[in-house]
Amino acid sequence: MRKNYFKKYVLLFVLITMSFMAFAQTGGITGKVVDEKNQPLPGSSVTIDGTTIGQSADVNGAYAITHLKAGTYIVTAKFLGYVASKKTVTVAASTVTVNFALQPDNNNLNEVVVIGYGTARKKDLTGSIATVTEKDFNTGEVTSPEQLIQGKVAGVSIISNSGAPGAGSQILIRGGASVNGSNAPLIVVDGVPLSNDGIAGVASPLDLINPNDIASFSILKDASAAAIYGNRASNGVILITTKKGQNGAPQINFSTQLSIGKLTKEAPILSPSQFRTYIKQYGDSAQIAQLGTANTDWQKEIYQTSVSNDDNISITGTTGKLPYRVSIGYTDQNGILKTSSLNRYTANINLSPSFLTNHLKVDFNFLGSQVKQSFANTGAIGSANSFNPTDPVYSGNSIYGGYYEILAPTGANPEALKSLAPLNPLGLLNEEQNKSTSYRGIGSLAVDYKLHFFPDLHANVSVAYDGSNGQGYNDFPAYAASQYPGTADVNGVLQRGSNTRYKTVVGNSTLDGHLSYSHDFKSIKSHVDAVAGYSEQLFSTTTTNYATYFGNGEVNPNSIPTYPTGIGQYDLASVYGRLEYNYNSTYYLTGTIRQDVSTRFAPGIRTGNFPSIAAGWVISNEDFLKGNPVISNLKLRLEYGVTGNQDGIGDYEYLSDYSLSTSTAQYQFGQQFYQEYRPGAFFPGRTWEQTATTNFGIDYGFLNNRISGSLDLYYRATDHLLAPQNEPPLTNFGNVITANIGDMVDRGVELGITGQIIQSKDINWSVGINFTLNRNKITSLTVFPTPNFPGFQQGGISGGVGTYIQLDQVGYAKNSFYTYTQVYGTDGKPLDGVYLDKNGDGVINSADLSVNHSPDPQEYFGINSDVRVKKWNLGFVARANLGNYVYNNIASSTGLQTNFLNGLGIIENGSSNVLKTGFVSGQYLSDYYLENASFFRMDNIHIGYNFGKVFGSTGDLKISGNVQNVFIITKYTGVDPETTNGIDNNNYPRPRTYTLGLNLAL
Amino acid sequence: MLAVALLAVGITSCKKNLILSPNNQISSQQVFSTPLGYTEAMAKVYGAYATTGNTGPYGNGDIQGVDEGTSDFFREFWNCEELPTDEAVITYTDPGVQDLHNMVWTATNAISQGLYYRCLFQITLCNNFLQQATPAMVASHGITGNDATMIAQYAAEARFLRAYQYWVLMDTFGNPPFETDATKIGSGIPPQISRTALFNYIVGELKAIDPLMVKPNQNQYGRADETAVWALLARVYLNAQVYTGTADYTDAITYSKKVITTTGYGLIPDFTQLMLADDSLNCIPGGGKTSEFILTINYDANKTQGYGGSQYLTHAATGGSIPPLLMGIDGGYDGSRTTSNIIALFPAPATTDGSQWPSNGNPDTRAEFWYPGQSPVINNLLTFTDGIGVVKFRNVNREGVGSNTTFTNTDLPLFRVPEQYLIYAEAVLRGGSGGDAGTALGYINQLRTRAYGGSNAGIITQAQLTTDFILDERARELFWEGFRRTDLIRYGRFTSASYLWPWKGGVKSGTGVADYLNLYPIPSSDIADNPNLKQNPGY
Repeated sequence: MRKNYFKKYVLLFVLITMSFMAFAQTGGITGKVVDEKNQPLPGSSVTIDGTTIGQSADVNGAYAITHLKAGTYIVTAKFLGYVASKKTVTVAASTVTVNFALQPDNNNLNEVVVIGYGTARKKDLTGSIATVTEKDFNTGEVTSPEQLIQGKVAGVSIISNSGAPGAGSQILIRGGASVNGSNAPLIVVDGVPLSNDGIAGVASPLDLINPNDIASFSILKDASAAAIYGNRASNGVILITTKKGQNGAPQINFSTQLSIGKLTKEAPILSPSQFRTYIKQYGDSAQIAQLGTANTDWQKEIYQTSVSNDDNISITGTTGKLPYRVSIGYTDQNGILKTSSLNRYTANINLSPSFLTNHLKVDFNFLGSQVKQSFANTGAIGSANSFNPTDPVYSGNSIYGGYYEILAPTGANPEALKSLAPLNPLGLLNEEQNKSTSYRGIGSLAVDYKLHFFPDLHANVSVAYDGSNGQGYNDFPAYAASQYPGTADVNGVLQRGSNTRYKTVVGNSTLDGHLSYSHDFKSIKSHVDAVAGYSEQLFSTTTTNYATYFGNGEVNPNSIPTYPTGIGQYDLASVYGRLEYNYNSTYYLTGTIRQDVSTRFAPGIRTGNFPSIAAGWVISNEDFLKGNPVISNLKLRLEYGVTGNQDGIGDYEYLSDYSLSTSTAQYQFGQQFYQEYRPGAFFPGRTWEQTATTNFGIDYGFLNNRISGSLDLYYRATDHLLAPQNEPPLTNFGNVITANIGDMVDRGVELGITGQIIQSKDINWSVGINFTLNRNKITSLTVFPTPNFPGFQQGGISGGVGTYIQLDQVGYAKNSFYTYTQVYGTDGKPLDGVYLDKNGDGVINSADLSVNHSPDPQEYFGINSDVRVKKWNLGFVARANLGNYVYNNIASSTGLQTNFLNGLGIIENGSSNVLKTGFVSGQYLSDYYLENASFFRMDNIHIGYNFGKVFGSTGDLKISGNVQNVFIITKYTGVDPETTNGIDNNNYPRPRTYTLGLNLAL
Repeated sequence: MLAVALLAVGITSCKKNLILSPNNQISSQQVFSTPLGYTEAMAKVYGAYATTGNTGPYGNGDIQGVDEGTSDFFREFWNCEELPTDEAVITYTDPGVQDLHNMVWTATNAISQGLYYRCLFQITLCNNFLQQATPAMVASHGITGNDATMIAQYAAEARFLRAYQYWVLMDTFGNPPFETDATKIGSGIPPQISRTALFNYIVGELKAIDPLMVKPNQNQYGRADETAVWALLARVYLNAQVYTGTADYTDAITYSKKVITTTGYGLIPDFTQLMLADDSLNCIPGGGKTSEFILTINYDANKTQGYGGSQYLTHAATGGSIPPLLMGIDGGYDGSRTTSNIIALFPAPATTDGSQWPSNGNPDTRAEFWYPGQSPVINNLLTFTDGIGVVKFRNVNREGVGSNTTFTNTDLPLFRVPEQYLIYAEAVLRGGSGGDAGTALGYINQLRTRAYGGSNAGIITQAQLTTDFILDERARELFWEGFRRTDLIRYGRFTSASYLWPWKGGVKSGTGVADYLNLYPIPSSDIADNPNLKQNPGY
């Protein structure tokens, strides 16, 4: 340290000497400060190092410093959020022109970050908050907001649910805090907390928000940051801020992109020739006789190369005193599985005027969208794997729509389908119309008033409404094979064909009012920020129930709904407060508290208090580190907080209410049938999950923040876990209810590193790496400690009815696999039905099952790199998961001789795994099928060229190319090692997407 | 700021007692305000025997933790009673299923656990109904006169249905948890009751409700009458030695005789018409001339749908070359067959090519089996064609016409008169008083005459009527109706090596197993939740 001080003083001495040496004449420096887009930066400061001389730039970014002695000066231009620029200037008797073009600061500690109910400068944060802004968003075919930040943030795992258009993603922050409650984080858009409830007709409610309208994400990962959101914050909070109106003349931005999606890999099943060989080898004459002459690649039949496009236009500027931004987006996305598509229109309006000399600020936002989706019957994927590949696609006649089907003709019915046989995969797709149209509007109006007589105090009132209307239908024609043999109508005659409608209307209203106070107590070097507020949200979901109609238009008598509608409502009323104090921007203390009252719980136990406290110490502000050339930022954080989770349970379940059975579940007394009144399971004592998180973090920046990031260690304990609990029978009307039972802990490490490896005028190279380690363990599951308690089964698989492959058990990670240990022969092949007799009792039964690996990755990485060379830029985003295991359900359910030559008397195709194992019958619980699915996935490679000005001095044109899901390196033998639940069973595959994009700014 | 905070706290306080109520569910107050509401609640008390949830055939299930389709009462009960015996083997590899025939089940067995939770759920429904159906509660809703009388009859029947379920638990699990309507549901953790105490409760309860029940054959089809009470008493007394350690064959005779001698009860002429889609005709309230069925579980292909009961017994049994059309269903599930031990109890059939449906020309028409393509030798339990097919339960009417659907109309009897004949005869042979050997022989020969199509070819002599003969006769007459495990235990042949069948104890030729398997284990999930419970010995 001593050495550094020495250097610093020497430098200062040299500068002072230089300025004295140059005292003889006077001159000046003038120029302009602009940003990277050549826009002026009014208010930026230009100073002469080592002196008190300086100037602020005017509205045009111009500055002028006069009366300078001749000599050589170091001039610094600074602006909030930009990298300061230094230039050495030699001034003689005349005026020298020096222009600055400032680059945005990727690591700016002064960056303003959205936190709950307010904003803060990044350097003042005491909680674990990650932010991702527009410049770091993922590019390519991005349909849903969360895909913008996939792989970008330590501790945030985003896995797309499938490759279907708009399928949405599983978002897990620090692994998720719940077993059976929801693990979805709370998402807040422009201050409006969204409900996690689904919207009918939309796979993911976030699909209704256009990613192009988003300016930034703030992710509140730990409890000290999230506790201000109380009983919905246990799984973290994602704050989304949309783009706002900008000052100045109208700017028009137009972007368009064209994407092509392709299947990356077919599921490994037997080829037609392998299939023939296998059947001839093992089948009997009746089975061999079923071999046809066709060679059909059923997977080729159901998949397609998809073409999608996405267009957006936005206008932003200020008319009069009204800053505005208006945008319109159109997305037409087609899936690689035939008949799946998503078609979206969005409109976004933001108005943010100020009145009363900026004392009254109004912010109005509206996000509106219409989404039309067509859902493919994903049953076709399994069917394509099973259907006899020596059968043709078409039958050559008109029965069953012309699709070839497996028949079992009887005298009475020569067209009878073979019961339980797979149906023609292409027929399944084309003979179903499953379509929806959904609308969503999120409108918010916030008024912020800075009190005239007390400007430190702001009063903020906002109202918001999030409404959606989703409806759709599912239509099967009468000739579809899936409709055979039909359903009895009122006369007992079998009718085929069906039409089912659905509709759900959601209306969630939010009212929020808070006061905020901010003051610098200069005399005691202290700063105080305080917020106190009240918020109320009323959630309402109305589902309309419809009858189903047969193909002939008559109503299915069994489908007439008992109730025409179902209305679910709950109310959440809250008060909250936060107090932030810092001394000399070095010692920080933050405390928050929220009280929530949720009507999802019984009166008397519906109030919850969620406190948090955090402390921060900016070591780099201490004298001994100030000006250190290596360490530019070092902050320690220690945080503790309590949050809750109330998702994943119903609105009224503390009541035991009766519901009437459907007309197909009646009971006969005499000649009369009666619907049944069943009392529902209830849990009057149920309340929210409670999660206490302790977090220790270090924020660091080296070499003038060219290398920066955070390291966080956390310990999270969830109590009153909402988990399935076996109710002692006779005490309730359900034997398994979701109750507050059990405890779970998560321990983790998160590390984020961002490096500006090269920073020069022509070449810029930045790399971001994030690493997450999470260990989950269930610590209690039963009301009474029960040493031999077997745990709760999870993860139903296909193959055996009611067969589960996962287990929640004390001492292990949630949803751990629960398997027999396969025994192998000397040839290395697994022995059919031979398992390790774990307890040595000579019998293989459930006592020999053991808890195996977890489906969750033990560690995961994200890495991204961006290189800009002059007008080119090139980058990639990649992710890696380690230690995640996947149960290969395709192999376990179809890689069996009894699948190929099955008891139905037909031959079916299946996993080529059968050639490796030679298994005859189902070995569903064998750990043979549990595979290490660690992977490295190149998510995205992109290249761009910036043409710069194309229409004189106005247009700014960029062209980009993008490949998503480029390649994957894994030992996993199935199609895709990345699953949301660890079970790979005929999932809609994620396509590889090639995108060409064009962006024009005027 | 303080004022705002106080105001805010004040507003949240208002929400602390806000009740938002659902529009598609109603409170017990509303349900039990009308006679129809009582009837619909009673429809659940009965219907829980047939349906698995509120959305037939599947969805919104009553029992969680098991596949809903398998959670039907009779399917669970049948699996526990038949699969561990010589009467049934099955191909399914669903959790716990194979452990039953192999006799290696543990306290986590999914099938026995499903039965346990199903029985106790149905008892909870009874307790709840009874709490709502006290005369005071009924009067408080302003219900009087005939409606009040009807509800009182419902209440007596709910007590009967509860006693029946406690009998199932006593027979299978021995020492279950126990509550009656005397305790508010959810107010405490239920205590465990011993098998002996439960025996005394069941017997006492049945005797107490006997005078309250509707007179024989006077109730609606599908509802229990006084005869059902007697039939259950006879069954319970026959097994008293097993349940309590003290035999009571005299009471078994008393109550079986009450059933047998009541006017209207007897045998329908043709055994092969017993388990059919129009089998309501097998009792007087169902439209028949004679009551052979005393109480049935009623299924309906349109209105009472599910994957248990007769749907299971028809579909699971259909496979191989068994023609679904003749079974009255849309297709088989290739599941259950029977073993050579059972085939050996019958005379040789005249044909085995399936041409003489359903009994293959067997002189004993009860031999409703399917031979073509089936092997009597079971090399693999999972191969449908190993073992002999069973076509006793069919979804066609007496004319052989089926509606050819996924769901069935075939009702299943919980009590049938022939069982009472067999109880009478066995109790007499075992030394009970109040009956006589000659009458016993007469009853057995009535069964056999009907079985042999009215011919005397099957008639036996007094000397031939032994307890062993009764056991075999029960296997022939009550085959696959859910009696075999209980019968084998009563005869000491369920676990011991004295009687073997294919794959008993998991060995192809059969082997004896430990005696603790005579009782199923209390599911370990309930042991974990209820500290009052002690596991049955051996588990």
